[in-house]
Parts: sequence; C-alpha cells; structure tokens
Amino acid sequence: MNDATPLPGGPSWLLYDSLTPEVGTLALAAALVLALIGATLSLAGAATGRMAWLRVARPTSHGQCALLVIAWAALSAAFVANDFSVLYVANNSNTQLPLIYRLSAVWGAHEGSLLLWSLALTGWMVAVALRSRHLPEVFAARVLGVMSLVNAGFLAFILFTSNPFLRHFPAPAEGRDLNPLLQDPGLIFHPPMLYMGYVGMSVAFAFAIAALLGGRLDAAWARWTRPWTLAAWVFLTLGITLGSWWAYYELGWGGWWFWDPVENASFMPWLIATALVHSLAVTEQRDSFKRWTVLLAICGFALSLLGTFLVRSGVLTSVHAFAADPTRGVFILGVLALAVGASLVLYSVRAPLLVDRGSFAPISREGFLLANNVVLVVSAAAVLLGTLYPLAMDAFGLGKISVGPPYFNAVFAPLMLLLALALGIGPRVRWKGQEAREVGLLMRWSLPLSVLAGTLAALFGGVHLLATTAGFSAAFWVLGHTALTVRDRLRYARSSSTALRRLPVGFVGMLLAHVGFAVCIIGVTAVSQWGVERDIRLAMGESTELGGFRFTLQSVREIDGPNYSGVRGSVLVEPVGVGGAGPRDATASLTLYPEKRVYQAGGAAMTEAGIAAGITRDLLASLGEPRGDSAWTLRVQVKPFQRWIWFGGLFMALGGILAASDRRYRLRVRAADGEALAAGARPA
Amino acid sequence: MTPRQRRFLGAFAVLAGVATAAAVLLSAVSENLLFFYTPSQVAAGEVPADRTVRVGGLVVSGSIERNPDSLAVRFQVTDMARVVPVSYEGILPDLFREGQGIIAQGRIDANGVFQATEVLAKHDENYMPPEVAATLAMKGEGPLAPVHPDARPADARPTGAQP
Repeated sequence: MNDATPLPGGPSWLLYDSLTPEVGTLALAAALVLALIGATLSLAGAATGRMAWLRVARPTSHGQCALLVIAWAALSAAFVANDFSVLYVANNSNTQLPLIYRLSAVWGAHEGSLLLWSLALTGWMVAVALRSRHLPEVFAARVLGVMSLVNAGFLAFILFTSNPFLRHFPAPAEGRDLNPLLQDPGLIFHPPMLYMGYVGMSVAFAFAIAALLGGRLDAAWARWTRPWTLAAWVFLTLGITLGSWWAYYELGWGGWWFWDPVENASFMPWLIATALVHSLAVTEQRDSFKRWTVLLAICGFALSLLGTFLVRSGVLTSVHAFAADPTRGVFILGVLALAVGASLVLYSVRAPLLVDRGSFAPISREGFLLANNVVLVVSAAAVLLGTLYPLAMDAFGLGKISVGPPYFNAVFAPLMLLLALALGIGPRVRWKGQEAREVGLLMRWSLPLSVLAGTLAALFGGVHLLATTAGFSAAFWVLGHTALTVRDRLRYARSSSTALRRLPVGFVGMLLAHVGFAVCIIGVTAVSQWGVERDIRLAMGESTELGGFRFTLQSVREIDGPNYSGVRGSVLVEPVGVGGAGPRDATASLTLYPEKRVYQAGGAAMTEAGIAAGITRDLLASLGEPRGDSAWTLRVQVKPFQRWIWFGGLFMALGGILAASDRRYRLRVRAADGEALAAGARPA
Repeated sequence: MTPRQRRFLGAFAVLAGVATAAAVLLSAVSENLLFFYTPSQVAAGEVPADRTVRVGGLVVSGSIERNPDSLAVRFQVTDMARVVPVSYEGILPDLFREGQGIIAQGRIDANGVFQATEVLAKHDENYMPPEVAATLAMKGEGPLAPVHPDARPADARPTGAQP
C-alpha cells in the first residue's frame, strides 16, 4: 500500500511497519470468523450431541483471545509510533503526549474502548475455558458458545461501524490531543476495571443461557456460577470506586458522584450484580429462586450492554447522536434487541422447567435475601428511569428535560435504609424459616441501641439531624449485627480462637463486604450532610474561615509541565477553634497547591484541586480565575469522612474476592450433580 | 386458601407492589424535572417564573462583565435569534468563554434576568451541549452536532455538583 513513511517521534526500538494497522484489521476479521465458527459449532454440537463439534469450543476461545491480543498490540504500536494516518490515533494522541498516556489513550475513546471490551470478553472466555474442565462437556461448550456469539456481535460492531484502524490520507503531521481529563493515572486503571466488570456479567449470562438451553438448573449450577459472578462484581465495584475517586481529584471540584448517565450506566449493572450474587446464594443453599436468578443474570448483562452502548454512542446526552451516525445507532438497537429479545424468548419457553425444590417461608434468611433483591432491583429501576426518561421525552417530542441529582438522592436514601435494615439482620436469621418472635428478639436491643448511637453521632456534627441520624443508625445497625453474626457462629464452639480461624473464607468475605457497605454509608452521610464549601474571591494574603479551618491564599505562581503550562496557587490551611459543622481535628497547619493548567495541544484548561487527604476529613482548594488586581476566585471545601466512601468500596471488593475464593467453589463437582446436569443438558 | 387462590393473591401482591413502586418513582421524577428553554422561548415569556429551568446558548462576545470585587458575573446567551441576560455568582467552569455553548440553570427574575445557580460547560473546546446544538441547528446557524460524536458525555458536568 503506502511506502514506509517516517513517523514523527516514534521510538526507534519499536518494530513498527506502516502496514501494522492492516494487520490489526485482519486480526479482528479473523477473530470474527473464528467467533462465528466457535459459536455455531459448539451450540449446534450441544443441541445434537456431536462431541467432535463440542470440542472446538475451547480452541476457538483461545484463538479469539490471541487474535484480539494481536489487534490490541497493533493499535498500541500505532499510538507509540505516532502513526497519524490512523484516524483514531490522530484524534486521540500527539507527539507531545507522554508514552504512558499514549498507551492508555488506546482505550481513551469510542473505538478503542470497544476493542478493550472485546479483548476483556475473550480474556474471560479463556478463563472459563481453562477452569471448566470439571464441568460437563456439553454445558461448558454451551457457555463458551454463547460467549463467542456475544463476541461475534461486538466484533461485527467494531469492524463495520467503529474500526479503530481506519486510515485517512494525507496523514496530518500532528495529532489532536488526548482529552486532558484523561491524562491521569486514574484513567489507566478505571476503564479496564469497569470493562472487566461489564464483560464479566456475560459469564453469568452465558451460564444462565446454557442452563435454559439445557432446561435444567440446580444447586451445582449456582455453585459454578457464583464465583464468576463475584469476580465480575468485584471488578465493577473496583471500577466504580476508582471512577469516583478519579472524578473527585481530576475534575477539580471535589464532587465524587454526579448521577450522570455515564456513572448510572455502570451503577445499574452493579446493583443487579449485587442482587444476583445474593439470589445465587439462595439457589445454592436452598435450591430455590431459580427463575429469578436466571432473570437477574439476563438483566445484568442486558444493562451492561445498554450501558456500554448508550454511553459510547453518545445516545444518552441526546437522541440526535443517532442522526449524527445512524449506522451505529441502528446497530446498537439491533444487537440489544437481538440479545435481550432472544434471551427473554428462551426464558419464557424454558423457565417453567426450572422448578424450585425448597419451600418458601417469608421469615427466613431467604426471605430477607428476597427483600434485599427487591430493594436492589427497584433501585436499579429508579436509576434506569431517571437515566432514560429525558431520552424518551425528547424522542417523543415532549420537550427537552433533564433529571437532576435531587431525584436520585430522594429515591436512593430511603431505599438504602431499607437495604441496610435487611442486610444487618438477614445473616442472623435461619434458612428455611424462623418464628417471627425470635427475629423480634434479635431486634429488641439492637434497634434502639443503633438509633441511640446514630443520634449521638449525628449530634456530634450538630446539623441535618434527621438525615445524619438515619444514616449513622443504619451504619451502626449493620456493623453491630455483623459483629453479632460472628458471635452467633462462635457461641457453640469450644475454643473461640480456633473457631475464628476456621470460619469459612466465603463467610468472612460476606462480613467484610457488609462492613464495607456500612463504612460507605458513614462516608456518604458525613460528606453529604457535614461537608461545607465556599466560593470566594481572595486577594493575596486574605483568608476565609470554613468548617473549623482558616484558608489563606498566599501566592499564585506560574508553572511549566511536560505538555501544559499554568499557575499553581499556595493556600495555607490552619485549624481554628470555633465554628463549622462536623468533627474538628487538631491537625497542624498545612499548605494546599491547587493548579490551573492549559494544555498546549488542545488549549484546554484544567482545574487540579489542591487536596489534603485525611482519615476523618479532606481539605480542598481549587483555583477559579483571576479577579481584579492580584486576586483569584477560589472554592474551598471541608469534606468529613470523604475517604470512607472509597474505603467502603475497597472493603466490598476485598470481601468479594474472599467470597469467590472459598474452598467449596474449587471442590470438584459432586458426581451426582454433574451427572444430573449432563443428563439435563440435552433437551428431552 | 386453595393453591389457586394463593397464586392469585401472590400475583396481586406483586402487581400492587410494582404499581406502587412505579407511581412513587414517576412522581419523584416529575417533581425533579428540569426543562430546557432556548433564549427565544425565554424572550417570548414561555418560562414559568417560579420554576428552576435550564437555558442554553452561546455566550455573546463582549457581554461578559466580571465584578472585580466579588464573584458576581453577568453575561448574555443567545440562540442567534434572541438574547437573554444571565447573572451568576460563583466560579465559572474552565471552558466558559465568549462564543462557547453553555447551559445555565436557575430562575428568571421579574426584570427578565436569568439568575443562574449553576453554569455548565463541557471539558472539550469543540463540544457544544446537544440542546444548544439542536437550537442552533433549527436556526440554521453553527455546527449541527458535537464535533466528536463519541465525546464522552460524562464530562459535561457542573463545576459545583454536590450529590
């Protein structure tokens, strides 16, 4: 095609050929063919019982992964070599961009992030292929077949509407820039984590579809599905937590959750995945809730698809994005309709075969888990409604509207209180059923004590008593009952230290995740109710008092970064004796260095907040703009217990990791279960 | 109760629960809707006086007046047909500048000045809020769509959003 043209600024060690992007396209095309072959043969083989066909499931999975790694390497190389004849590279990178951000720019926009999606999916496929040796062959082939089919849909979407290797000639001498917001370490980890989570939901989905195809689902199935669902849930949790943290320090204004469509798109699958993890517990322990579990698995994946597609196609901010690129929009709707429609049709045909064996008593552990599920699903529905409502109104020409954070906050606070109520006591109630009187006894002291402790904590801050009392009471309720759950376990043990060490890892994981939820509630309550902020104009040497601290603007000096220039302010913060809400601490004075940057390539301005992080409070200062002579506008903030929100997320993720690594998931499937499933795998 | 009756009762309970939840959610949504208006609509008096709304358009060149002694800012937004004066007290987003497409949230006062409590602009110099783009497209002015169809909508965040 074109001769090897010298590329601006590409390192000499890189073995980069001008045809490398074409290799990438070819690898994607080959992966698509392989995915279609794998899906067809393994699903047809499972339906007809041809073992030779079934056996292609694993090799085609490995093959797809290898081809996507090649495509990924090709795109990364194009970024490193600054090959601006590749449109995607030209739009998202330039020669000044540091190498690490050129590598992370691969997933900085639409095309590359879809490639990451597909790569992550094949990664999960390889993991399933390697770890499914103990599963009945027919079942494993069905799971991998369904995943191949999903991957085929994605690869077709990439190749036909969003090929990252698309060329444009003549190549510009210099690229645009990666959005400066994305030039941050947070971006290196946040999207891949989130995508691993989104895509991980496809494993649970594939297990559910495989069970429906086989018409058989039992406790063994739940035991196979649960660690995969937990793994996806852990990735989602970490991705969302990282995203919140990134927004907090990188967007420059100290917000940690905005209820904007992109966040909601990741939050909905998380809510459903959380419900699914708990529903699977009932299916595993009580051989019950089967249809509900399968439906959740389908919904979780559908919301992952919806989230990715809507966000990445720009549909959410405006239906006009459809007009901007109709092919993408139509493709999106097609894939969604096909995946969800086909799954639901299959569900409606096969679900009657899934008969629950256990009886159901409302006052039992499964009863509380059902309550948890209902609350989580309603929460997800509320987020979906708030996210799609403006879209629907606009589409029907009923005016342009937006649904603001007040809606989400108003709906979420009571729902999370209900969730905390069920979550605290649920693990202490017996499976199968318990007397209402006994459950009442469990609450006799803990309920008033939690409310008392919550009230005391709320009085400590002295403002917004109702909201803070509710939040802290819920947190203490969960923490207290989690501790009592451990005591229940140890009650009949001869030696409590031995019993502590012998607690199942999965049980410890559950406790840790529940503690994480409580920690998160404390953080959210404290920050949203006690957090204070002020926008103010300060001349050099002037100060303002806020939340028990005095902020003094000392200087604003010019700075030079690698690919930006700007100013750095110096704000002295000293604790003062009186005033303000929330807990005060006696930290010695410290200095914040907020920055205002202008990136050379795009000319985009960026606010970098100066942040002093602490266990009990964060202090922030952000620079606005110069005003008058030597004065600046500033926003200063005091945010009590800000870190607890993310600590909570980390605890939940850690709990999930422990739960997924429980011994019982690694044990070989009991022979009886395996045979039952193998028998049921072929429809009668 | 026969199993049949129990099934009916169960289905009824589920239906009642779903209906209640839907009603509560829908009423919560409708209480928190923010309607978007163009400067032409504002000038025509279509905006209810006591309701928080959003107005979007381009910042008129030369209209920005910053008070040197406080945070107060006055500027005008236009949809190329009519102009609305906006008054705001606070920190403006990084990309607020003349000719930039912005969205202001607030109320219209008795003098026809839009008292903004929040001003939004996108962290991308080529971005235009979709509502603004649509408004301008109807007037036959300016770019028809965001230059980047894939521009992350995540970044169109208010500077002062607090959950």
